[in-house]
Amino acid sequence: MRRLITEVGEWFDRRLQLAAPIREAAEHPVPRNTASWFYVFGSAALTVFLLQLVTGILLALIYVPSASEAWSSLQALNHDVTLGWFIRAMHGWGSNFMVAIVLIHMVQVFLFGAHKFPRELTWIVGVFLLLMTLGMAFSGQVLRFDQDAYWGLGIGASIASRVPIAGPMIVKLMLGGPIIAGATLSRFFALHVFVIPGMLIGFVCLHVLMVLKLGINEWPMPGRLVKKTTYVTEYHELTKKDGAPFVPYAVWKDLFFAAFILLAIAACAVHFGPFGPTGRPDPTIIQTAPKPDYFFLWLYALLSLLPPSMETPALLIGPVVVIIGLLLLPFLSGEGEKSWRRRPIAVLTILLVATTLGTLTHLSGFTPWSPHMNAWSGDPVPQQFLRGSSALERQGALVFQVKQCRNCHSLGESGGQRGPALDSVAVRLTQDQLIRQVIQGGGNMPAYGKNLSPAETTALVAFLETLHPVGQTPAHNAALDHGGSKN
Amino acid sequence: MPNENTISRRGLFMKVGILFNGLVATALAVPIVRFLLSSVTRGRASAYLSWVPLGHVGEFPEGETRLATFRNPYVTPTDGKTADTACWVRRVEGDQFQVFAVNCAHLGCPVRWFPQSGLFMCPCHGGAYYRDGSRASGPPERGLFEYPYKVQDGLVTIQAGELPTPGSPTASLFGKKPPCAG
Repeated sequence: MRRLITEVGEWFDRRLQLAAPIREAAEHPVPRNTASWFYVFGSAALTVFLLQLVTGILLALIYVPSASEAWSSLQALNHDVTLGWFIRAMHGWGSNFMVAIVLIHMVQVFLFGAHKFPRELTWIVGVFLLLMTLGMAFSGQVLRFDQDAYWGLGIGASIASRVPIAGPMIVKLMLGGPIIAGATLSRFFALHVFVIPGMLIGFVCLHVLMVLKLGINEWPMPGRLVKKTTYVTEYHELTKKDGAPFVPYAVWKDLFFAAFILLAIAACAVHFGPFGPTGRPDPTIIQTAPKPDYFFLWLYALLSLLPPSMETPALLIGPVVVIIGLLLLPFLSGEGEKSWRRRPIAVLTILLVATTLGTLTHLSGFTPWSPHMNAWSGDPVPQQFLRGSSALERQGALVFQVKQCRNCHSLGESGGQRGPALDSVAVRLTQDQLIRQVIQGGGNMPAYGKNLSPAETTALVAFLETLHPVGQTPAHNAALDHGGSKN
Repeated sequence: MPNENTISRRGLFMKVGILFNGLVATALAVPIVRFLLSSVTRGRASAYLSWVPLGHVGEFPEGETRLATFRNPYVTPTDGKTADTACWVRRVEGDQFQVFAVNCAHLGCPVRWFPQSGLFMCPCHGGAYYRDGSRASGPPERGLFEYPYKVQDGLVTIQAGELPTPGSPTASLFGKKPPCAG
């Protein structure tokens, strides 16, 4: 039996002649200390990519890329097809893991100085791989053709439309027509299933080829500087003196980590299940608060918090600056210190970016900038704010409730966070200031002058004046104390 | 041995071959590019826009704002429900109307009308508009997009067909800038 296998193998290899180069690639020497758990993220990203290819093909057996059928075909996958839910969940969780692992891989590469000479092109190809991964994540969210996908496309179109001159053209090109409809889904299907994966396969091959040709980045030692003139010789000496064949010396850690990641994705898939689909993509159902998937939540938060005038420049110029910066990085710092111990700015940059993205993602979990669209109507003014109040003040409390002030303002810790909490507003604003604020708005508050009768305004302000903690006196116009006139 | 100034027969054929392929590729690129850009070129001169009826005037009480829906005038066979569109119809008085797109002028999320506070509010990033569509607060830089309308034979009719976006000409042609946008 063994002889037969050997003979068949030899028959193929006489024709393919691949055994020798494969053995050479597998056994190429790597510096001993790179056989580390820090060096497993690249191969893990490749493993998850392969998982996405397999689960993606399986989903395509059932999925129908048509605006009128896609949502139903996802329901069929979730509920009718045996284990369809599991394959969807694996693909969905796989995409989350892929984005996370690619980012971790990138941070590790950056902190270990692996983007420096002679691996500049490996880094640049990696930047494109990151962009393609994010492209896959966005287009994948579109294929889950539900309410979030529909309005997410609207947000994409609104951003694209802001490009000067070409904006409207780009929107029609992106949507495949004048509105988000059948042609839009079809072209995102083509992108997600043919165009981007095809490019990804090509770029992944290039990326891995360069890792093999140039050798894995050695463990960075503080004080061992990269010089273009000497690096390649030094690296070869290192692998000769202190090297070991990649297989089996280093590969076992990659294998263990890859299996662990696959297991983690499967565990998430079983425990949490597939993502959506949420409601039907029917644009006439407007009772929806669309939100992007996890990896774009930071952007969602950023778009709420940027001042309006800065938004278009930030949206159009920001990504270009970031991408150019990433592409130029290996040329700007192509030599010198590799170790993160001697590169404080690199470490601080990573910490700053991670903290920013983390904070924005955290904020998007409870969207303090959004009015509470559903909570207001059932929330009466809490009793403690009405004890001992006069008839006028109670009338004001009613106006406060009916005019939905709590969509944006909280009272007794319930209500929106769009505007400031009003529990102690009387301490901050005088009667005159309250009237002005209610009638004219300002500071991001709409003006209610046209929407309140003078009697309603008087009552509302009378109620607002009672909102101060016990023992604290309300604000008052000091000018009046000395007989001065208002204003 | 040919000297440097002469071209061999095979060399010439190779160059002609490359040229021939280049010509064929250019010729084929024309239909390919035209196909790819069809969604853009077809929409020139507002070809996507048409007048669509929303309902009888009587369906919209004076002084109130109601949600109306219409089927997009330009549809393809696989559009399904996505070609149905909603809009907010405000009947100011008599035959005077304002018809707003549901899409927020910030990033296109669907705004909702709150009659009690007299505001349109957006659930995504907190944009708010007054009853006449002008910007009240939040990230939008302008008021809600408005559809051109006319009242004909008792029917409220609007010119629609394209997704209004902050940068599209559809929005800037008949959209309305907020009165005191600063």
